[in-house]
Amino acid sequence: MAKITFPVEASHIMMFARAIGDTNPVYQDAEAAKKTEVGGIIAPPTFPQAVAQFDPDYHLRWRPNQPWFGSGKTPSGVEGKPSSSGGLHAEQHFEYFRPLRPGDVLSVETKPGETWERESKRAGKLTFRERITEYRDQNGELVVRARSVGVTTERPVAQG
Amino acid sequence: MALKASQLKVGDTHSERVATNLTRTQIVMYCGASGDYNPLHADEVYVTKAAGYPSVFAHGMLTMGMTGRMLTNYVGDGRLTKFGVRFTNQVWPGDDLDAKATVAALREENGQHFVDLTLSTTNQDGKEVVSGSATARIDP
Repeated sequence: MAKITFPVEASHIMMFARAIGDTNPVYQDAEAAKKTEVGGIIAPPTFPQAVAQFDPDYHLRWRPNQPWFGSGKTPSGVEGKPSSSGGLHAEQHFEYFRPLRPGDVLSVETKPGETWERESKRAGKLTFRERITEYRDQNGELVVRARSVGVTTERPVAQG
Repeated sequence: MALKASQLKVGDTHSERVATNLTRTQIVMYCGASGDYNPLHADEVYVTKAAGYPSVFAHGMLTMGMTGRMLTNYVGDGRLTKFGVRFTNQVWPGDDLDAKATVAALREENGQHFVDLTLSTTNQDGKEVVSGSATARIDP
């Protein structure tokens, strides 16, 4: 997978903090953040996942003039029944070597990890796929390492 | 304010209500901020008529983000060294979520103090939606 360039920007951090309902000034108020232990705005711990915004091929973003599996005239813009959900997020793990700050320009590389299967009463055969993502800063230093586990299910997971 | 090793003991807990009557609008805000526009989270027509779910549901990462809010309020800004979760049940519009951290261990490595925490976020029915663990640097 190609390396993705992820510029960390203050307005993006602010929007992300709003979306998770986090009013901590360290994510949105530069003056207040200066007076904290970290000395300026930083990103919330799950912000690295927003790298999806900078992946040119990210499959969960609508794009002009391309088929999109969400609804328009019909419940799905893609013919045939979608393969249950296309995948759900099973696990997410982060290791932090320093906080991300506005102005950082990260170089992000994802590599496949292990794959395994399990039977589930709720959703049929489950296939788990691990992905390891390394986030390096403008100096080449590793700042965050992430391990994500996705699961594809045979059928939708029943509510319960 | 950072935590102090001298004032913590194994079994101490910190919890916060992190969602009250979770709204579809907040889920849409998370789509926009994170870049994950999966219609499962934002498109009630797709999700009920094409995908076969009873309604849209929150991104696991939104629940992790809300759990992280409790965590950073507890351990302080920029203090986390590890944060990991499993998504154990889906989170739906209307859910109330409580996130809890429990001190599992206090450690010292090369003069630096750390706290290991176990994490659990539960919904209004007491069902766990996220389970996990975290480690943070703390003061002596």
